[in-house]
Amino acid sequence: MTNFEWLTMGAKIAFIVVVLLQVVPIMVWVERRGSALMQNRLGPNRIGPLGLLQSICDVVKFFFKEDRAPGHVNKFYYTLAPLIVLVPAFMTFAVIPFASSIVIDGQTVNFQIADLNVGLLYIFSVASLGVYGIIMSGWSSNNKYALLGSLRSTSQMISYELSMGLSIIGIVMVFSSVELGAIARGQGEAFFSVGMLTIPKWGIFIQPIGFIVFLTSVFAETNRLPFDLPEGESEIVAGYHIEYGSMKFALFFMAEYINMTVGAALITTLFFGGWQMLPGMHWLLEVMNLDGMAHEWVRILFEAASFGAKVCFFMWFFVWVRWTIPRFRYDQLMDLGWKVMLPLSLVNIFLTGVLIYYKVL
Amino acid sequence: MDISPVFFYVFAALAIGFSLSVILKKNPVGNAFSLVMVFFAFAGIYAILGAHLIAALQVLVYAGAIMVLFIFVIMLLNADEPSFDMGRSHIGIKIGAGTLCAILFCTFVWAIKESPINIPAGRFTPEAIQASGGNTQVVSELMFSEYILPFELTSVLLLAAIVGAVAIAKRKLGKN
Repeated sequence: MTNFEWLTMGAKIAFIVVVLLQVVPIMVWVERRGSALMQNRLGPNRIGPLGLLQSICDVVKFFFKEDRAPGHVNKFYYTLAPLIVLVPAFMTFAVIPFASSIVIDGQTVNFQIADLNVGLLYIFSVASLGVYGIIMSGWSSNNKYALLGSLRSTSQMISYELSMGLSIIGIVMVFSSVELGAIARGQGEAFFSVGMLTIPKWGIFIQPIGFIVFLTSVFAETNRLPFDLPEGESEIVAGYHIEYGSMKFALFFMAEYINMTVGAALITTLFFGGWQMLPGMHWLLEVMNLDGMAHEWVRILFEAASFGAKVCFFMWFFVWVRWTIPRFRYDQLMDLGWKVMLPLSLVNIFLTGVLIYYKVL
Repeated sequence: MDISPVFFYVFAALAIGFSLSVILKKNPVGNAFSLVMVFFAFAGIYAILGAHLIAALQVLVYAGAIMVLFIFVIMLLNADEPSFDMGRSHIGIKIGAGTLCAILFCTFVWAIKESPINIPAGRFTPEAIQASGGNTQVVSELMFSEYILPFELTSVLLLAAIVGAVAIAKRKLGKN
């Protein structure tokens, strides 16, 4: 690799890591204020404007708490588990494109850390690793609640991984690629137009069933309400992280929010056009009438902003759902996964095949 | 591929080290986690060889799915350390096992040394794969054209296994 490639790669990785780390305190604030909004409370509002600095206080508290481990835990795995939960959460973002490409001095720079040929498969293989951290924490804690939580989480993640994988097959069939870059590019084409209105080939329009199944599975995979059975405060107290405190607990917390971000970014990339500009931005770009590199950079900025806006919407959607829908019962969760979502995703594959055969898609 | 052989040695050492820990550790869950690391090291070696698809599938299938079930079962059975402690084995068994291992190792070394180094390259060189759209595309095209029969037969075999598993589980349920 040349110096230029090293430089851009380093810049991209630093950007993603910094942004993902910043997401956590902001989302904690959004979650607390959002839940307060929905429950007609005030939420944190004392520290900083609108309580924005509350998260900083929380972080400081986490850092300065005594970091102790209970005597009955298996120390090695107990310490390792939070890391194993956190690392795959970060790794997934490596293949998600957050803008298209730009040509600098004759060299193309993709705004994606690694344009892997196996894109989607990489995401699934990394996402399936997060479960190890949860198993490890549940087992090493030597606590019945923790073990129950981790067993629940494992079976839930395995069950929903199937429908999650199958729900995307439709998208892969339409764009005949598993590369996320190609899928995001493909969604820029026009699907059909009604008068002035042009409907783009976004996943949501061509794969509505796939979208519903995928969305549900993402909720299950990130262990968020209504599928937060592994934590289930009212039944098993806090599930797999019951024995954790201070920064170790905070790592689980961070992993949850980063997983949420990855989930939102995946939904955006697969079903909402990824970095494809929001309506009106093309027009704005033409009105600005820039030329040369300035035009290109503004285009990249607009694309990244579109991606960010879509991801933010889905992050809010996660919060919105969490404080709206009550928790499922465990058998309801399994029934939904195996008896509704799995057949639905199979039907979706069949329908997509038929539509592609008759050249509708 | 212009990736330094250092990576190969790193992954190979990891694979060997964790394999040893799989068989030597006394803690069953620890063994299982070590086996996961072995699969990772293998995936790393596949990735170095340019077989990204196999690397991803290795992690997805073995590390991500099969081993999770293994660990699940181990945790549920609650296999503790004493049940793995067989006591001290007879000295004769140790010597016999050691000799057999040494013979096997020598055979491998001999076989690798004697085999010709210049094996002719097949149809799918890295360049050819790159030209026809990457690993995933090439493998899937082959699967659905040249190897469609074996591929479908494997699917039927898996289906039969699933049906069998469900049948066995249902029969047990009926008895209770």
